[in-house]
Amino acid sequence: MKNLKMSIVAILFMAVSFTNAQEKEKMSQEHGDMQMDHSKMTNMKSDAKAEAILGDYFNLKDALVGDDTKKAAQFGSKLVASLKAFDASSYSKENQKELADIIEDATEHAEHIIKSAIDHQREHFKILSKDITDMVAITGTKITLYEQFCPMYDKGSTWLSTSNEVKNPYYGSKMPKCGKVQKTIN
Amino acid sequence: MKVIKIIALVLLVAFIGIQFIPTDRNQSSVVLDTDFMVVNNVPASIENKIQVSCYDCHSNNTAYPWYNKIQPVAWFLGDHIKEGKAELNFNEWDEYSDRRKNSKLRSIISQIEDDEMPLDSYTIIHADAKFSEDEKSEIIEYMAQLKNSL
Repeated sequence: MKNLKMSIVAILFMAVSFTNAQEKEKMSQEHGDMQMDHSKMTNMKSDAKAEAILGDYFNLKDALVGDDTKKAAQFGSKLVASLKAFDASSYSKENQKELADIIEDATEHAEHIIKSAIDHQREHFKILSKDITDMVAITGTKITLYEQFCPMYDKGSTWLSTSNEVKNPYYGSKMPKCGKVQKTIN
Repeated sequence: MKVIKIIALVLLVAFIGIQFIPTDRNQSSVVLDTDFMVVNNVPASIENKIQVSCYDCHSNNTAYPWYNKIQPVAWFLGDHIKEGKAELNFNEWDEYSDRRKNSKLRSIISQIEDDEMPLDSYTIIHADAKFSEDEKSEIIEYMAQLKNSL
């Protein structure tokens, strides 16, 4: 009788500790999942180095809105530096290849912007805008972006802005309001 | 008088001396599969014109003039060719992604339009490399059509 009691207690004890252990394991698994989700989120949503590129791009855009060749050239060289600092190693193989291509192309256009007159700066800015838009599609960003479109410049041209108010970088003071918001990103 | 003679002698010795410094020559007889003409099926008249006007600095094969065997001319040209190939190499055209091709074609069109290419320093010696207005518009039209088909 005493033996039976003892074994029942033992079995109960074992059962309790077993479920307890399982519970713990599940919890730690959940915790692990949560951690993974978290790291994935920070990867997907923003990349500090991509944000730096965007910052320089917007400064360059504003310089072109203000018809300021010299300032545009300055931000062009800043952009060359931030493009060079970009690190794609945390992205998938396929995205790495695409990003390397985008960065190479964008760098070439930024370099030309440093040494060109304003009309050429604007020509390069057009392709640069396409590169940066494609980059953001992969890296994501914390900020809300507005893709704007001017139907007049070079058979239609887009650019990115942090404001939904249109200030045209292709015409500057000549036609500052030409264009419309075509798409909101984020 | 004696000083001038000495200086002249030193210069002459230096001039002869630098002739012995070897330079890398940009020459290759291989036609790569990635060549602009191979992948694009370019009309003969345009192909010939681009080869004469562009390929000396924008491909792996330069038709060297006789004076390029003399230093320091060879160094000067060597630098130009290196720079030209880094910007655009027609032999390796198909290695560029569509994004890069689009940018290169845009540059080609704009530089020919503005008479920036071929360089004046090049056409002074290679008169046949110069584009006439008709040739200019023919090439620009072709490049634009290629750009649109990307």
